[in-house]
Amino acid sequence: MKRFLAFVKKEFFHILRDRRTLLILFGMPLAMVLLFGFALTNEIKNAKIAVLDLDHGPHSRQITDRLLSSGYFQLIQNLNASRDIEPAFRRGKVKLVVVFPPNFSQDFARNDTEAQVQLLADASEQNTAISLTNYATNIIQNYKSEQAPPGTVAPMQIDVQPRMVFNPELRGAFVFVPGVMAMVLLLVSALMTSVTIAREKEMGTMEVLMVSPLSQLQILFGKVLPYLLLSFINGCVIIALGVFLLGIPLNGSLLLLLAETLLFTFLSLSLGLLISTIADTQLVAMFASLLVLLMPTIFLSGFIFPIESMPRFLQFVSNIIPAKYFIEIVKGIMIKGIGLDLLWKPTLLLLGMSAFLMAVSLRNLKPRLNQ
Amino acid sequence: MIYIITTWFAPSSIHRSSLLIMQRILYMIEKEFKQLRRNKVLLRMMLAAPVMQLILLAYAANFEVKNLKIAIVDQDHTTYAQRLAGKFRYAERRQIGNFLFQGYLPNSKSAYEELLAGRADLVLIIPPHFERDLGKENQASVQLLVNAIDGTKGGIASGYAQTIIRDFNLAIRTENIDFDAGSLAGLNVTNQYWYNPRLEYKTFMVPGILFELMLLIGGMIAALNIVREKEIGTQEQLNVTPIKKHEFILGKLTPFVIIGLIQFTLGLVVGRFLFQIPIEGSLLLIYGFAFLFMLLSVGLGLLISAISDTQQQAMFVVFFCLVIFILLSGLFSSTQDMPQWAQYLNLLNPLKYIIEVGRNVLLKGSTLRDMQSQFFTLLGMAIALIGLASWRYRKTV
Amino acid sequence: MDKAVTTHKLTKKFGDFVATDEITFEVAQGEIFGFLGANGAGKTTAMRMLCGLLTPTSGEATVAGYDVYTQPEQIKQRIGYMSQRFSLYEDLTVRDNIRFYGGIYGLSRAELKTKSASIIRELGLDSVADALVESLPLGWKQRLAFSVALIHDPKVVFLDEPTGGVDPITRRQFWDKIYEAAHNGTTIFVTTHYMDEAEYCDRVSIMVDGRIKALDTPTELKRTYGVDSMDGVFQILARGTSGK
Repeated sequence: MKRFLAFVKKEFFHILRDRRTLLILFGMPLAMVLLFGFALTNEIKNAKIAVLDLDHGPHSRQITDRLLSSGYFQLIQNLNASRDIEPAFRRGKVKLVVVFPPNFSQDFARNDTEAQVQLLADASEQNTAISLTNYATNIIQNYKSEQAPPGTVAPMQIDVQPRMVFNPELRGAFVFVPGVMAMVLLLVSALMTSVTIAREKEMGTMEVLMVSPLSQLQILFGKVLPYLLLSFINGCVIIALGVFLLGIPLNGSLLLLLAETLLFTFLSLSLGLLISTIADTQLVAMFASLLVLLMPTIFLSGFIFPIESMPRFLQFVSNIIPAKYFIEIVKGIMIKGIGLDLLWKPTLLLLGMSAFLMAVSLRNLKPRLNQ
Repeated sequence: MIYIITTWFAPSSIHRSSLLIMQRILYMIEKEFKQLRRNKVLLRMMLAAPVMQLILLAYAANFEVKNLKIAIVDQDHTTYAQRLAGKFRYAERRQIGNFLFQGYLPNSKSAYEELLAGRADLVLIIPPHFERDLGKENQASVQLLVNAIDGTKGGIASGYAQTIIRDFNLAIRTENIDFDAGSLAGLNVTNQYWYNPRLEYKTFMVPGILFELMLLIGGMIAALNIVREKEIGTQEQLNVTPIKKHEFILGKLTPFVIIGLIQFTLGLVVGRFLFQIPIEGSLLLIYGFAFLFMLLSVGLGLLISAISDTQQQAMFVVFFCLVIFILLSGLFSSTQDMPQWAQYLNLLNPLKYIIEVGRNVLLKGSTLRDMQSQFFTLLGMAIALIGLASWRYRKTV
Repeated sequence: MDKAVTTHKLTKKFGDFVATDEITFEVAQGEIFGFLGANGAGKTTAMRMLCGLLTPTSGEATVAGYDVYTQPEQIKQRIGYMSQRFSLYEDLTVRDNIRFYGGIYGLSRAELKTKSASIIRELGLDSVADALVESLPLGWKQRLAFSVALIHDPKVVFLDEPTGGVDPITRRQFWDKIYEAAHNGTTIFVTTHYMDEAEYCDRVSIMVDGRIKALDTPTELKRTYGVDSMDGVFQILARGTSGK
């Protein structure tokens, strides 16, 4: 045991000495949280629009003013004819073109004719396109209703009072912080573990270690233990950033959250071990980690894209993605403030997965190292 | 193929000195391909990557909100309340919303519990006297509890539910009163979504993904490949040979540019024929840009390999760059809406420019003239990266 | 120019640490020149400066008549190098490796063909010519690496502890190859810490802490220090320093 601890210490210092890797190891989660938290907003601000005003009447001008004073839009071009629309879009700056047909203001003032406004959106960026048309439609309709004579109340009005439970301000951080946590833990533990072991194989130093008095198991654990610790610290950093910087509540038990984080880190580690049993070079280990772990985690864990909207088959596949359960657990503990009584199922699943993966990778690993 | 080229060049003794450079580069390239051919696992993964990512993307990546689990608390038990609930029970048949009815709940406390346990995404609470109020007061309210941890999804879910309720509202109005719909109408705003009229998420993502993968292959694989030679010691051996800096760099650059273009083609074919992504612009133009971008990516890989001693280091540096590039690139969210500091940062993000190019050229048919600022920026970046890498790459240690 | 290697007060500092301290020597053409010393004595640093892998801090040196500062590329065309670390591509076959390095040194197709055939024949690698290098035993790999280092008929070959980790018989076989090359006029510059190998050299320089402590034929050295083996010489020189 003493020898083992000495070995772990040596491995640990080995990692600590590599300043650059360490910097990135801790810089990456920081950068991701900052970017997700502050840069990736879906808020529309100063979207570039062009106006094709064939009306030149009072209402078209006032609506344009309304749009521009809303803060959502910024006029960068006045078009003169509909043939100008296509080139404006193709240059890629203009995201929305508002078209007022001739006689718009006249039609607007009358009650028997429907006035027409056309919103042309560049849907090659589809999310932006949808938001832009929604905002513009709202502003235009509001203008219209303000012009309507006062006191017109619709009969039999059903009033809907929506309540956004758990996240009344609809903050994006509530989704991505658990997601980023899962991603970083997976990345650091699985990727680093598989790459480290592959490195030993590649450099031929694994054999040297194998003749040392330590058992194979001890060597493997000695190699991966530092990463377990590092990822765990990383997880804590992300939790702290989420709570103190992004204002995510911590309604549940911190202890439980840490325990679950440790469990997920351990599971990622087992995955890394499993990959290292099939990968002989660092490049292959890395690629496998990316392809088999990271990509499915990003796409299938519900981190970015809702699982319910996927086809049946992929919904089924998402059930074997560990990150899905971990994200569910983190959201549950931090935001909903629930405990094991409601989270025992995903926890048990993660436990089972870890045990299974560890068993399989240990069984695979031994004969290969004995070669 | 390279074998043929080298054999064709080598014996011509007259031009040997001038062809020597060419010959060395060809031997470098030949070696890289031989090594790659032997690395079956890597080869398979490199070909699988674009296909897998595109397929995952096409079927999984979907911001559409569907199959929302809804539970209803009906405290009124009147005809109107049941009719309103019925709208959600059978909402699956409707185009919009696609709600999955989970059942009735006794009270708002149990509603909250359902949300906690994740058994419902939203709960509609119809209070007592709903029907009475609607008749007598001409106004009644219902409550909608939405699980909004995922704010976007929550907002959309709430919107869907409100649309259904509004439709129901309109229906009961027209039943009861001779309601003049015309007096409220009068302004019609129509939307047209150009270049992606059906708002397919795939159409929007595929051009971006294609280039993201090229950066991954070019940057990551090239960087690791070279650092690997450093680690195993063959780099030192190469450094005592008369091979020139630019020969080495060209020899390393070429195979990865070729591989990147093969992957790009593969992705383009999958995108075109499996997912019906339009190719409006010139194919030559898009390949020109792909080539330029691949040079840039490999240049980045070379630069990183020049400053890294181990593959682990290189990998993490590449990873760090990639994560930032991808998140800021506009692949997932619009670059225009980012805060000023992020937009400044983005000026240095090659992925941002090439994704603009991809979307504009593939979906809109933009020409080189339209994309000239992107072209010059990318060209400048490629030259700078390769230049820096050549400068940093030393044959001496 | 009849000297294969000359140095004058050649020095390399890494920060405050002086790896080689004003070393001066000459190596004649066709000579087997041994560079002895403990680990960290500065042997590898000296060799790397001569190969153009390191730029000296001060002093002068020429290899095959070319200056190490101004003509490193001319030097590289005329030297062979075999590093401590195994320097062939393990994931290429024997034939691929020969072809690659030959190609890099600018051999013509015809030359490549004959060289390849002769190396494979001489080393008796016919049966494994198309096997991956990683599958060969270490001793074979080292001899192959040596032959590859000689593929462009260099004037000087630098061998940095070429026989590390193999048994005495394999080492003996390796030295047979070295004699053969020297016999053909190639200058051999070899570092080692095996004292028995020092006996095989024409002349030996012994480095201690970055300085050359002794330089002569093995016979002369043994006589000067009054011992009957190179090991004895080395013991005296190494102890002498530590006693200071």
